[in-house]
Amino acid sequence: MIEYNKRKKVNQATMFTLLRIMSIIVVGILIAILGFIIFNGASAISWDFLTKMPEDGMTKGGILPAILGTLYLTIGSMIFAFPIGLLSGIYLNEYATNGWVVKLIRTMTNNLGSIPSVVFGLFGMSLFVNKLGFGDSIIAGSLTLGLLVLPIVIRTTEEALKQVDNGFRHGSLALGATKLQTVVKVVLPMAFPNIITGLILSIGRVSGETAPIMFTAVAYFLPSLPSSIFDQVMALPYHLYVISTSGTDIEASRTMAYGTAFVLVAIVLILNLLANAIRRYFSKKVKTN
Amino acid sequence: MNKIFRGRKYFLEAIWEGLLKISGSITSIVVLLIVVFLFKEGMGLFNSKKIEDGYSIAINKTNTLTKLSSEEVKNVFDAEITSWKALGVKMENDEIVVLRLNDVESYANEEEMALLDQSFDNLPKVINRIIEDNPNMIAFVPETYLNKGFSGKKIDLGNISPKEFFGGKEWFPTAQPVPQFGVLPIILGTLWVSLGAILLALPFGLAVSIYMSELASTRIYKLMKPVIELLAGIPSVVYGFFGLIVIVPLIQKVFNLPVGETAMAGSIVLGIMALPTIITISEDALRTVPRAMKEASLALGANKWQTIIKVTIPYAISGITAAVVLGIGRAIGETMAVLMVTGNAAVIPHTLLEPVRTIPATIAAELGEAPSGGVHYQALFVLGCILFILTLIINLTVEYVSSKNKHKAH
Repeated sequence: MIEYNKRKKVNQATMFTLLRIMSIIVVGILIAILGFIIFNGASAISWDFLTKMPEDGMTKGGILPAILGTLYLTIGSMIFAFPIGLLSGIYLNEYATNGWVVKLIRTMTNNLGSIPSVVFGLFGMSLFVNKLGFGDSIIAGSLTLGLLVLPIVIRTTEEALKQVDNGFRHGSLALGATKLQTVVKVVLPMAFPNIITGLILSIGRVSGETAPIMFTAVAYFLPSLPSSIFDQVMALPYHLYVISTSGTDIEASRTMAYGTAFVLVAIVLILNLLANAIRRYFSKKVKTN
Repeated sequence: MNKIFRGRKYFLEAIWEGLLKISGSITSIVVLLIVVFLFKEGMGLFNSKKIEDGYSIAINKTNTLTKLSSEEVKNVFDAEITSWKALGVKMENDEIVVLRLNDVESYANEEEMALLDQSFDNLPKVINRIIEDNPNMIAFVPETYLNKGFSGKKIDLGNISPKEFFGGKEWFPTAQPVPQFGVLPIILGTLWVSLGAILLALPFGLAVSIYMSELASTRIYKLMKPVIELLAGIPSVVYGFFGLIVIVPLIQKVFNLPVGETAMAGSIVLGIMALPTIITISEDALRTVPRAMKEASLALGANKWQTIIKVTIPYAISGITAAVVLGIGRAIGETMAVLMVTGNAAVIPHTLLEPVRTIPATIAAELGEAPSGGVHYQALFVLGCILFILTLIINLTVEYVSSKNKHKAH
């Protein structure tokens, strides 16, 4: 029995150490990736890098058109996905009863969310670029990205609304407010911080996507900035892909590649920090109330 | 409350609800549209001729050949098959002579050259003569040159068949005279890379999720959670870039390979990328295990580790399964990172240390060069369909597994 107890203890100690080591490895990998990009990329970053056009076959100069392109595509996709996603989320959580229609919508939303991004690229190319005749353009890319992020927005909204206690809804309705008034004046304001946090994180997702815009919006290199939503753009993720795999001179554009990767990681980092700050700010506010 | 106010209120309410319903149905419509468009563009492939549009394969009329598979055509024109015997044809002169349009001049006699110099309208006549004089010749020429007074035989290769598409071992979409669309190497490449990724990610993902849900103090948990979230947020192209610059050279050096872009590089990068999915979902599953259950186990004298192994994990197993399946889904669909580190060679892999090509990487690499509406374009859409069906199956599996979990909880 003593023997058994000892073995039990040793077993547990070994396994826990193993779990700890493996966790440290995983966190270490992330820090290694981030550190590698930030350490190598920081030296490439300068005011000129962020505000100038690429020069000499993208081995010198800046990445301004790619930054702007990603900005346009992200804003475009959000204009499309935010309202629809928000309304869908409200519908699913506040209005829908548990019939087969809702079940179908839920399954479809889940399915849409699990479709690989390159399939969205195929679809966007077939529908927006060819069928609707938008060509490779900001609008085609934005719509494709919008569809990709739609399920995420819906899920975020639904989760946020779920966390609002039913008592508030009943209270509002009991005071004579209609359902619309209840949703707009009571439920939404309470779910607002969580919705915003989720939306910010989904912006990060959109800004880094490459496959969906590859065939619907982006160009390898453009000498001038886009002037309308039917123009092609350059974009950060695609720019990074191109100059690190098939540029005119891969070695010479390495610094540019590090810089671009740095900007991409910085966007995600900043958005994450922002989301966390908002979450913390509002949770404090709720507590003090 | 007056009537008008109430009427307006009702009106607004009706519009609002209509708007909500429309928005709610959009995802379903989009999924349907994706299905329709993918299949519509893709299914044209199986109604397309194997041979390049407007071209034909022709032989001498004494030749007994009647059928050729697209692989045979490729091998003949690549000079990998050089004897008629290999094609099952008995011939006095067993050597296969290939005629392409550019070769016509080297077979034409002086008189014919003069004719050709006058006008290219004489080309059909010349081609006809050449084929007639060479019983052991096989020609790949435009259909229009074989129409008037052609005395040889044309071989109809037929349409691209699903059997050759799904069973074919070669993917050369731009090969001439017959593009090869065999998806077997691509599908196998996808599976190899994804399975490798999951084998790497599963032990680590599980370990981290157990650590986070059972062992970590609140302080460490609060440090780790955002780190994992960040790992999920980094764009795939950045992972690809990291893989290309760090992991690929490392593999090349460690295993002493000619190139480092291998299935293994893809598996490592994908494994890292699948970690957040596996960790988050299995951690959630582990947290749903009722405290009473764990406490009962501890009260019976089991220690913490025994409780984790014998009580917590079995209870959360369906959630963990869902996490693994979703992780596989993420790996199968991942495009950019794989495209950048696996080397993209469309050959059936034998070890993890060879270059492979996956379904998404093939689409991403080739769609830009495939002319819209052509056979190659259609073939890529069929690949998209395969990918779509794969992820659909994975998603339905997850839903089935987690619905089972719900029944158990009640």
